[in-house]
Amino acid sequence: MSDVVKVAIIGSGPAGLSAAARAGQLGMSHVLLEKTDHLSDTIFKYQKGKRVLATPERLDLRSDCRFAEGAREYILGNWDEDAANNKVNVVKHADVAEVTGEKGAFAIRTAKGDVYHAETIVLAIGTQGNPNRMRCGGADLPHIIYQVDDPEDFKDKHITVVGSGDAGIENALGVAEEALENTVTILNRSKDFARAKAKNVSDMMEAGENGFLSIRTETQPKLVEPGWLTLETPNGDEKIECDVIVARLGSVAPRGFVESMGIEFTGPDREAFPKLSPTFESTVPGIFVIGALAGYPLIKHCMNQGYDVVEFINGNTSLTPADEKDLAAIFAGLPQQKSVTEWLDYLRERVRIFADVSPLQMREFMLDSKVAFYRKGEVVFEKGDPGSSLFAIADGHAEVEVAPGVTVPIEQGSIFGEVGLISGRKRGATIRAGADSIFVEVSRTAALKLMGSVPGAKRAINRISLERQLLQIFKGGLTVEDLGPVVDVAEVERIPAGKVVVAEGEQGDDVYVIRSGSMVVEKDIGGKPIFLRYLPAGSFFGEMGVLSGAPRNATVKAAVGSEVIKLTGESFRKMLAARPQVREATEAAVAERAQMNSFIESRKASYSSAVDLYSDTAGFIMKEGLGEATDALLIDENLCVGCDNCEKACADSHEGLSRLDREAGKTFAHLHVPTSCRHCEHPHCMADCPPNVIHRGPDGEVFMEPGCIGCGNCMRNCPYGVIRMEAAPPEKPSLLRWLLTGFGPGPGEPSPKWTKKKLGDEKPKKIAVKCDMCKGIAGGPACVRACPTGAAIRVSPEEFLSIARLQEDAG
Amino acid sequence: MASLFQRRRSKATQTERVRERRHEGFLRYANFRWAKISGGLCLLIIVSYALIDVTPRPSGGTWYGYTLGTIGALLILWLTALGYRKRKMTSDYWSLKAWTSAHVYLGLSLIVIGTWHTGFQLGWNVHTLAWVLMMLVILSGLYGVTVYATLPAALSNNRDEMTQMQMLEAIRAFDRQLHAAAQPLTPEDTAPVLAALDEDPFAGGIMARLSGRYPRCATAAALGALRLSRSSGAEAREKVVGLLSQKEAALARLRQHLRIRALLEVWLYVHVPLTFALIAALSAHIISVFFYW
Ligand SMILES: Cc1cc2nc3c(=O)[nH]c(=O)nc-3n(C[C@H](O)[C@H](O)[C@H](O)COP(=O)(O)OP(=O)(O)OC[C@H]3O[C@@H](n4cnc5c(N)ncnc54)[C@H](O)[C@@H]3O)c2cc1C
Ligand code: HEM
Ligand code: SF4
Ligand code: SF4
Ligand code: SF4
Repeated sequence: MSDVVKVAIIGSGPAGLSAAARAGQLGMSHVLLEKTDHLSDTIFKYQKGKRVLATPERLDLRSDCRFAEGAREYILGNWDEDAANNKVNVVKHADVAEVTGEKGAFAIRTAKGDVYHAETIVLAIGTQGNPNRMRCGGADLPHIIYQVDDPEDFKDKHITVVGSGDAGIENALGVAEEALENTVTILNRSKDFARAKAKNVSDMMEAGENGFLSIRTETQPKLVEPGWLTLETPNGDEKIECDVIVARLGSVAPRGFVESMGIEFTGPDREAFPKLSPTFESTVPGIFVIGALAGYPLIKHCMNQGYDVVEFINGNTSLTPADEKDLAAIFAGLPQQKSVTEWLDYLRERVRIFADVSPLQMREFMLDSKVAFYRKGEVVFEKGDPGSSLFAIADGHAEVEVAPGVTVPIEQGSIFGEVGLISGRKRGATIRAGADSIFVEVSRTAALKLMGSVPGAKRAINRISLERQLLQIFKGGLTVEDLGPVVDVAEVERIPAGKVVVAEGEQGDDVYVIRSGSMVVEKDIGGKPIFLRYLPAGSFFGEMGVLSGAPRNATVKAAVGSEVIKLTGESFRKMLAARPQVREATEAAVAERAQMNSFIESRKASYSSAVDLYSDTAGFIMKEGLGEATDALLIDENLCVGCDNCEKACADSHEGLSRLDREAGKTFAHLHVPTSCRHCEHPHCMADCPPNVIHRGPDGEVFMEPGCIGCGNCMRNCPYGVIRMEAAPPEKPSLLRWLLTGFGPGPGEPSPKWTKKKLGDEKPKKIAVKCDMCKGIAGGPACVRACPTGAAIRVSPEEFLSIARLQEDAG
Repeated sequence: MASLFQRRRSKATQTERVRERRHEGFLRYANFRWAKISGGLCLLIIVSYALIDVTPRPSGGTWYGYTLGTIGALLILWLTALGYRKRKMTSDYWSLKAWTSAHVYLGLSLIVIGTWHTGFQLGWNVHTLAWVLMMLVILSGLYGVTVYATLPAALSNNRDEMTQMQMLEAIRAFDRQLHAAAQPLTPEDTAPVLAALDEDPFAGGIMARLSGRYPRCATAAALGALRLSRSSGAEAREKVVGLLSQKEAALARLRQHLRIRALLEVWLYVHVPLTFALIAALSAHIISVFFYW
């Protein structure tokens, strides 16, 4: 085996195999090295019978091997045939351990000690190398497995799947098969499933809806014990039965091995990819990297790249990638004439958030984006416009209208529209092109995906959001430059519900800004934690420590699962020193807070029971998740006579369907939280709406515009169960007619029986229905207007739990 | 709020009007606004009645009587309109709470308006019939206000976060378990259990509903019978007895729920029909006054 081959291909996955097949077709001398005893180990390890998807659909396949959507066995069978037909020279059990030499004379040594010599190398080892391990307590217990070979191995077990990328979802669906009688739970750390394919997500959702598995979002494992698993959920810790844990936490490029060949990566992050030229050549001349390792995980892309890379090695310079024509169309409208590759490089060079994106990822990403040229002064979007896409400035600059006639520039390379990514609020300001400019518009889904897969992009977006948030908090008197040192050391921390961020009596001077969620402030008075204050997203805390250096004088903990940004006391102090106005404003706020604290303390002495009731009520409200509400319906059960006029009024104000369930829900001290939308600060329902029809209106209402496709994602994502999937009933006879003749179903939602009779065989489409705060109805929310006794009220937690309430309670 | 950060929420939007920090019930609405107005009106009538010397003697037929009569009749029509307002969800701003508040207090003022309108001349005629009906409507209204003020808290405590559907579902769940648990029992013991399974939680009639007493309750009977019985195996019997007493507790909760709801509603079945009787009598009264006086 001492002949020198033209190309050695390491790894026989779809990428490597396709490359070898091309080499075989071209009659190029080659060897395909595979560490296992079969081709394409990653796909070999898929579950039995798994349906392999051939996305993206619009991309054409260009390979000597066949591939279309089908069962795993069928695809692997085809490939074995294709390998033979294309005269692929494959060596199995060849686990490559070391690569030495240089272009023209590489030496490839396997673990067994065999050495192969090649002029060039195609590295297609995929990313399966090292699956990410669980990191919580008990992570080394033997019942944690990292792959499911055959779902049939599990019967009548409690199985928890950690991670909801494609692999996790597919494993969960496999073991959740009804006949196996397993109790399956799948955990997802965030709210949405941006990393998984839409089809998998919808299959999983369907299984969840049918009760075959339980889907837990914003939940992570906290402690593994034999037979049990403790979860960290937005509503606190929870212990569930669990016999087997399937951890599918994604994988990292086997970076050490790759770097040992001298190949450089795009960045220091664990998820970064090798730096590649447009012909897939790495920073080591002669070594080409393709497939998942190159940052391109879809099989079709892998196969196309395999074909392309061998063509390149063979000297074909005129080959264009298969997605070239789609990309060319995206750039077609721009004034300058550049090739697709030049455009991609141009964007990666000039826009901060694209800096760490590999050229290949950039291609995929651009397919989901738009690029447009704007003339100076042209409006990009108006204040109040709906929209949640993100814009990046590739050329020129943008101008934000912060007040009529007052504009602030956003420089080239930066982004705008990022607020929509988090809370889905309408555009907060009008933006115009400040010069002739080129802006890239990235859809919300694509932006979330970008943040999910490119850590550098996520950091850049987070940093810009933080700068803008701080500028807004400390209005005036501050510039981005002042914030630089503060932001440099800032860290984002996820705080699960109930977790203490700052403990009373502790020493500490870090300052926190609440990015999402909300906090409650408590103080120990007479041995009992007394509620002092509610802090919504956008407020900050911990500043007393910086100013006075005294220990924390109250405890701050998360009311709901939240994210805070931690700024170090030192950097904050320096900033205050440089900007006296800001220091003054901060001091004034501190004084006001201190005054309120002492007020409550004095009340506690004289009106202990009133303060306790206030505090307990606050506790209840927070426990019910109202900490993230902006406007919620509450019912005072000291007044509610159960007439259900609120529900009827709701139905009669909205196409005959009620958006609230008055009776359901929790109650404390006769304060009842019915099942009805709370118009969350960061609406969970918005996380994954395929047609993107869920928006926030000018009054803060979260509503759906027409266009819902009835997928039910929002219903499943809302943790408060307030969204119904329902079809509007037919028109009812008028109220007067009902009053006078009793004809028709009367006020309120008609009974299903009446609707059915009326419709006959017609089956109208069910769409998502939820409270829209009576948007567009001049009189305002109908539930409140129609309550005869005044039991139904709408509140925002910060107003409801205001000091005024305590004052009145205490008389 | 001691935040320097103002929440982005435009001021005085439509929802601002209905979003309250501290709420008040319909009786206290706007710091007893309608109680004050209505009280003032009554006082004005009583005082002016004493001061104004109408001839030949105070009665509905004098100008003073006509004035009070007109006010009263219009008021009754307006009070009746509450039933329409309650159900007509127009989109302009109004609050049923304010309407109810005004309804209650202005309704009460009719005692004075109506009675002083008669000049205290009552007899056996259609005019007095109208007055009596009016007083009955008002009385039933007073009952309504009393239950509205006292029963909601009890309703809330009794249901303990359960909905009526859940209460029914709980009873059905016990029924299913009873069905299985009763299999080993002797036929003698099975009969009362089967009777309990057949029981319709809603049966019992209006009196039982309102009083909350169900003397012929099959579940209670089965419980009594099985406690005394010695015919089936002790273990099986104990299990059934346990389930029966759980079902009894669930039934008791549902019945209490239905009872309170009935008490909160039943008076409307007097209040509203009497209102229509009143309007009929009132029309007869007015027509007779104008055509046959
Ligand atoms: C569960 C699951 C489901 C998926 N479903 C789909 C789907 O439906 N559709 C889709 O398009 N994509 C899917 N993917 C992604 C897709 O399978 C992979 O991204 C793709 O297989 C990557 O191809 P590759 O050729 O780059 O590497 P791989 O397929 O990972 O192949 C790498 C090969 O290299 C070998 N190897 C590794 N190290 C060495 C070494 N040192 N020496 C020699 N050989 C080595 C491995 O044994 C392996 O055979 C899925 C992935 C997973 C995990
Ligand atoms: C002659 C005078 C009155 C008339 C004609 C009248 C008529 C009515 C009518 C038609 C309704 C609507 C019922 C429904 O549709 O559900 C009603 C409701 C009511 N009335 Fe009266 N009423 C009168 C006096 C009073 C008085 C004096 C009181 C109280 C002291 C009162 C208390 C109520 C209450 C509490 C309601 C229920 C409101 C609700 O639940 O929506 N009424 N009345
Ligand atoms: S639907 Fe649910 S998640 Fe969406 S805003 Fe309302 S309560 Fe929040
Ligand atoms: S059901 Fe409708 S509104 Fe909800 S996520 Fe799907 S498309 Fe969007
Ligand atoms: S309208 Fe008011 S009194 Fe009637 S059920 Fe609703 S909250 Fe209760």
